[in-house]
Amino acid sequence: MTTDAQPEGRQRVQACNERLTHKPPPGRPGRLRGSSSVVTSLAAIGLAFLCGSVLVAVSNAAALAAWGRLPAGLPNALWLSVRAAASAYYALIQGAIVDPSAITAHSETVREAVTPISTTLAYATPLAFGGLAVAVAFRAGLINIGVQGQMVLGAIAAGWVSFGPARGLPIGIHLIVAIVGGCLAGALWGAIAGFLKAVSGAHEVITTLMLDYIAVFALQYVLTTAAFQRPGHTDPLSRVVPSSARLPHLASSLPVESGLFVALLAAVATGWLLRRSTIGFALRAVGSNAAAARTAGIRVGRSYIIAMLIAGALGGLVGVDQLLGQQHSLTPGFDGGIGFTAITVALVGRANVPGVLAAALLFGALQAGGDQMQVATQTPYDLVTIIQALIVLFVVAPALIAALLRTGNARTPGTTLQIETTL
Amino acid sequence: MTVSSHIVTRLRAVTRGSGALACAVVVVALIELTSIASSTRSDAKVTFGFAGGGAFPFDLALPARLTIVALAVMSLVAAALLLTPVAGHHFVRHLVGLVVGAALAASVLCWASADGSTDVVGLLQSTVANAEPLILGALGGVLCERAGIINVAIEGQLLCGAFAAALVGSVTTIWLGLAAAAGAGVIVAALLAVFAIRYAVNQVVLGVVLNILALGVTNFLYDRIMANNQDGFNSASVFPALPVPVLSKIPILGPVLFDGNVILYLTIVAVVLVQLLLFRTRWGLRARSTGEHPLAAETVGVNVRHVRWQAVLLGGVVAGVGGAYLTIGSVGSFVANISAGKGFIALAAVIVGRWTPFGAVGAALIFGFAYAFQSLISILGAPVPSEVLLMVPYALTLAVAAGFVGRASPPLASGQPYVRS
Repeated sequence: MTTDAQPEGRQRVQACNERLTHKPPPGRPGRLRGSSSVVTSLAAIGLAFLCGSVLVAVSNAAALAAWGRLPAGLPNALWLSVRAAASAYYALIQGAIVDPSAITAHSETVREAVTPISTTLAYATPLAFGGLAVAVAFRAGLINIGVQGQMVLGAIAAGWVSFGPARGLPIGIHLIVAIVGGCLAGALWGAIAGFLKAVSGAHEVITTLMLDYIAVFALQYVLTTAAFQRPGHTDPLSRVVPSSARLPHLASSLPVESGLFVALLAAVATGWLLRRSTIGFALRAVGSNAAAARTAGIRVGRSYIIAMLIAGALGGLVGVDQLLGQQHSLTPGFDGGIGFTAITVALVGRANVPGVLAAALLFGALQAGGDQMQVATQTPYDLVTIIQALIVLFVVAPALIAALLRTGNARTPGTTLQIETTL
Repeated sequence: MTVSSHIVTRLRAVTRGSGALACAVVVVALIELTSIASSTRSDAKVTFGFAGGGAFPFDLALPARLTIVALAVMSLVAAALLLTPVAGHHFVRHLVGLVVGAALAASVLCWASADGSTDVVGLLQSTVANAEPLILGALGGVLCERAGIINVAIEGQLLCGAFAAALVGSVTTIWLGLAAAAGAGVIVAALLAVFAIRYAVNQVVLGVVLNILALGVTNFLYDRIMANNQDGFNSASVFPALPVPVLSKIPILGPVLFDGNVILYLTIVAVVLVQLLLFRTRWGLRARSTGEHPLAAETVGVNVRHVRWQAVLLGGVVAGVGGAYLTIGSVGSFVANISAGKGFIALAAVIVGRWTPFGAVGAALIFGFAYAFQSLISILGAPVPSEVLLMVPYALTLAVAAGFVGRASPPLASGQPYVRS
């Protein structure tokens, strides 16, 4: 019984906690810091767009010429720059959410009005799978850079099932077999990294990265084999997925397909797994403190393998969705950089399921809008890549946002997404 | 305990872990013997050329099949060496690995170029050329990681360096282009330092994002500035070869090491300088101490943040120059994503080389050889699909990271942000 020692101890713990959480001194309300991550995220998105607009303005030829005639032409230069940025972002919105002109001028066609949203959802679907793949691993303390390889392996397997030995299967079963095949291949490819981490402590950043490259070369190789290469072609192009193994589109001539529902299903399953299941508990325990988890009797190595199995399965589904839902055949550049965008999606979504879905929607919208922006205003699509990277940079360093908005203590280190990492 | 059992225990301790390696070597040797030798005609001759344009004409004509058998036997002897007590030395294991790898490469060459000739000096020149950006990138990585900052952004530094060199080199002179490349590397390094040191962001995540940002920015600017005006903004010249007067006449070594352009010599100088800086200067000791135990370093008066900043920025200079090789050091013009993963291979070289400058150079040379060998084999007519050969550097890295070639441990505090309490 140490009743008299308790108050002092509790005080000390309280002081310690206060220091750890950096509570603002009384009398000065912490406007941004305490007010939730949503505000920080929104500020990050806003700042990223602001930086992007500067790039557009600077690279616009007319605006650049006006800036050359500076003292006299300042108002004109400013106006041209703002107009360049505004028109680029207007096109972005047109392509991503809704095209106002389509509604007013051709209101008789509903299809045109929903095409931008539908394109956004089509882009968001693989990002949701990929974001979940990164997030699951993240929760177990692993940085999964291997979505690219996992999706490629998933697509190779799904392709092999769809135009290989199983091509005669009846219509619904063929699709399911192809999906399961791709999912399994991705899971096994991902599990290699988990296994190596468990057995020899090999850092997953290196192993998944190397597995990415090996998978891409494997894809290039299989595209030269008779089982995959399209008959009558000498270029690396695969056979076409037969209609019995395709993910049906929600409506003909709209880009979004039923992979969207698979993604939502996967999100619900992942959320349940992480929050409610024993496996998920073990994963989160290992992710927050591997040594403590080991002491508590959790098998850390096994958790790494399971985490990468699940992550790989989700990564494989990215490839399945792209092959069976969108592209219908394999090419060497099949992955389209989705694997790396998936990492940013998981980071912006703070590695939780609702966050990842929201981030996938945002980044899907950016990509859909990026296409339109490039067509309408000749602004390079890469602006979208830059904005995405900037959003992540600002999101992972909330202290920077705080400093830029002149609130709180700028020296407070960012505390989101801190996980133990050594290479 | 009897003497014999003592010896047995010691033997076991010494050879633990090299048994698997020995098995792998035996398998490789058997593959060489059976498949390669049997598919080579018995009367085929193979010529290895060592002239390389130098003043030392010397060709080696050998019977192909016999050479392959001899190389395989050599591998088997090396494998036997692994089962003896000397296998306890790292040096021996590395030597065995090198011998077996070289024997395998030479036998594949014998097979592929039966009745033809192989320019060995050319192969070595191409190895060094391929390794240059990897070496510089890896040295930049070693500088950062020794000071406790993981640098996954080497890829972005190479890419930005390459772009800046091509742009500035076209508009002004090639030397300013080189300076611009170093500057671009420093800019990426500064971003890395700000977020990693000041804002304590997870460094691996940060590196990945910086790579995406670098790719986006260079693609964007390429599209906007260079794509429509290649003559004006993407037409930098290439550094001419500057043979070193006497040294370039040395057989084999001369044409490989002393007949390159300025970036090759900068690379050689950088290797020596980084090694000396890290291990022979006061600053180096301080930098390494911040990478191993920042709190201890701070306690004895080292300003951890300053030293880390300096190390990261210096790494940016080195990696940026490595990027310059990709444009003004070899081809002159920039294309989108010209670094194509070389930065990640450089990162792998840092780890394979166990965070030492010389180790990183060795690893980078092995990767450079893999690239050079792959392109040579695909020209000669590939016995193996070129896609499989292209996998070799990556599979090798995977094997090393997984500890099949020996364990490596990073600087203790690498990746951990240092927050002064």
